[in-house]
Amino acid sequence: MPVPHHPLRLAVALDAPQAPPPSDAAPYLALARLAERGTLDFVTLGDRFGGPGPDALSVLARVAPTTERLGLVATVTTTHTEPFHVSTGVATLDWVSRGRAGWTVAASTSEAEAALVGRRPAAPAAEVWSEADEVADVVGRLWDSWEDDAEIRDRATGRFVDRDRLHYVDFTAHTFTVRGPSIVPRPPQGRPVTVVEVADAPDAGHAERARWAVAAARADVVLVRAEDPGTAGAARAALHDRARAHGRDPGALRVLASLPVELESPADAVGLADLLGDWFAQGAADGFHLRPADPARDLPRIVEGTVPTLRERGLFRHSYEGTTLRDHLGLPRPASIYAPAREAVR
Amino acid sequence: MSPTAGPRKQIHLAAHFPGVNNTTVWAAPPAGPTTAPGRDAARPPSFGSQIDFASFEHLARTAERGLFDFFFLAEGLRLREHKGRIHDLDVLGRPESLTVLAALAAVTERLGLAGTVSATFNEPYELARRLASLDHLSGGRAAWNVVTTSDAFTGENFRRGGFLDRADRYTRAAEFLATAREFWDSRADAGEPLPVDHRGAHFTVRGEFGVPRGPQGHPVIIQAGDSSEGREFAASAADVIFTRHSGLEAGRAFYADVKRRLPAYGRRPADLKIMPGVTYVLGDTPAEAQEHAAEIRRQQVSPQTALLTLEQVWGVDLSSYDPDGPLPDIDPDPHGELAQGRVRIADPRAVADRWRALSRAKGLSIRETVIETTGRQSFIGTPQDVARELEAFVQGDAADGFILVPHLTPGGLDPFVERVVPLLQERGAYRTEYTGTTLRSHLGLPDPARPVRKD
Ligand SMILES: Cc1cc2nc3c(=O)[nH]c(=O)nc-3n(C[C@H](O)[C@H](O)[C@H](O)COP(=O)(O)O)c2cc1C
Repeated sequence: MPVPHHPLRLAVALDAPQAPPPSDAAPYLALARLAERGTLDFVTLGDRFGGPGPDALSVLARVAPTTERLGLVATVTTTHTEPFHVSTGVATLDWVSRGRAGWTVAASTSEAEAALVGRRPAAPAAEVWSEADEVADVVGRLWDSWEDDAEIRDRATGRFVDRDRLHYVDFTAHTFTVRGPSIVPRPPQGRPVTVVEVADAPDAGHAERARWAVAAARADVVLVRAEDPGTAGAARAALHDRARAHGRDPGALRVLASLPVELESPADAVGLADLLGDWFAQGAADGFHLRPADPARDLPRIVEGTVPTLRERGLFRHSYEGTTLRDHLGLPRPASIYAPAREAVR
Repeated sequence: MSPTAGPRKQIHLAAHFPGVNNTTVWAAPPAGPTTAPGRDAARPPSFGSQIDFASFEHLARTAERGLFDFFFLAEGLRLREHKGRIHDLDVLGRPESLTVLAALAAVTERLGLAGTVSATFNEPYELARRLASLDHLSGGRAAWNVVTTSDAFTGENFRRGGFLDRADRYTRAAEFLATAREFWDSRADAGEPLPVDHRGAHFTVRGEFGVPRGPQGHPVIIQAGDSSEGREFAASAADVIFTRHSGLEAGRAFYADVKRRLPAYGRRPADLKIMPGVTYVLGDTPAEAQEHAAEIRRQQVSPQTALLTLEQVWGVDLSSYDPDGPLPDIDPDPHGELAQGRVRIADPRAVADRWRALSRAKGLSIRETVIETTGRQSFIGTPQDVARELEAFVQGDAADGFILVPHLTPGGLDPFVERVVPLLQERGAYRTEYTGTTLRSHLGLPDPARPVRKD
């Protein structure tokens, strides 16, 4: 199995699986500041249509101005939301965080969640994930629909923008159409980071197959829930193959093993560092997404125990080098898909 | 003039972010600062970015320094078009309202945060949840300006597509808001949420709301829309009206009309605040203010903007005309639809006749005519003049306050806060500190009653 030769990536979930999520900002701010002290790549905040707690995108927007470097990744459910709103919401998180936004693509198969909107009945996983794929596709196109230099402020001609650098996306999916362009200028990262969560085996059923397809086609970061380094590594290799089959460079895909953690003592934090170092050495993943049982207790131990140990071993950064989430992940800023077309026309 | 005796109505102030609209001046004058978008929050250039967070932060902090009730964001869900192509002369490009307001909650403490969000292209559960989230994350400062997007043009970006005619737009908006309130009220006490079960003409929704009741109970509701249906909707359900009636007489008529509608809904005049959107220009002398105002109008109406405005009235291509020359002799095409995403001109022929008469009488060029006829500057004068006039509007029941629309991003509010606010305070017509923490308390509105549980 190939051993990754880049630094280990480290992310952590802010959700407390056992407790009801807080509604006010303070607990999220405290955790995010702590994660930033630990120079983590990003934090994730889950969301579920119909779920308890505040809207994840809004929470991370509230966190953005009080942090400087930390990546902020919110779950967004694509099934009942408008693709246009998904695109402008995540683009805006990127603007307010100056290039630190990401989103985890989610879909909903639940009848209870569909009833909250009342627009259409629930659909099976294969259907809603194939729709999620189309949503992720059009969201990316809307981000690209303003080329980077579309705003020209040309006094001579009186033009604020060069309309040749704004593009209709004219996207027709199975359940929606979007004309475009976006109302939001291209965000600082070009495309905010797209994250997809999968189980370790693509053949675990219909639902999992459909999620894997979205991961291979659309994700910058895949979070793989795996029990051991062997299966995680196999999932990583399989994701690379599938990304390649979509014409993508697998080197532009970060696969993180997503692990539940429960650190009952400071010693556990060092134990965790041993485990992560071991999995990493075996090529199980490009890094890790930790899901603490109790973030208020576990995150301080990760930052004060696990992170320093990883740093001592030369596996983890001492300080942020770049400013955007893409910088932290070593992912290039993509060019707008519409830019080359314009060059060709000229 | 000294303040008159007796209780004075207190003026409410709000700040409109000067991003996308046809009054924001984006090009520095030739001798002015460079046009590069500003990235320095400490000293942002006046002709700054309409999208960088630094601009939003600067304006919001300025508004809070001025003890304003709220910061206001407009919304447009599609880029306007002219002659089938994207309109490229005015500022365009804006963030999504509720996300940027959540971020502004981090850099302000008391200022209300009002977002315009269409009731036509959203769904009640989702928006109720986002607004309740904003209310919690800001400690009770959220407001929703309920607009009713009217065109199929915008619909092309959304699943539901199409559009609604005026009557349906407001029945949908009213049912939308009522449904959102059912969600908010379902968490009226600390116990388990009551499931919502709403069956109506526009929405049939069922289920539990996941966000506890916000610090304000319900976010503040703002209405903008002028038809009789719009006014009725506001009288029945809104806390604030954002209106364009900014002249004294028009303002008084509108004010009286709307307040008269309240008793039918069991509401008192003070329950609905009327806030016209207004612009202002300050000078050290009246003459200097007038001169400055004329200069701003020339910056707002470039030669290209003058021709485009004319084309929108005439409905035909006028690009071969000289903006510094006379108005066209040809008559407008009554069926011409050159512009999309903008209010249609009711009777182009009548407008054209009026403009031609004005141009002949005063010897005005195309550009000068457009400057003369489309001007919307409301308050021009010395800080003393402006403070006195603003107060006269409020004490004279033409308004309860104002939504200020600066013409510069993001520094356009600074002179008002520095020079006019202290004068309003001296007159005893404006607060000298925030007395509450929520937007409802700034506006003097009670928290909505908690519904009584029927179980
Ligand atoms: C002062 C004012 C501000 C408005 N701002 C917006 C806006 O930001 N976004 C929007 O979609 N519509 C906006 N509208 C449009 C109204 O919501 C409404 O669709 C329109 O006025 C037509 O309704 P009416 O016939 O009742 O006037 C605004 C209207 C007014 C009067």
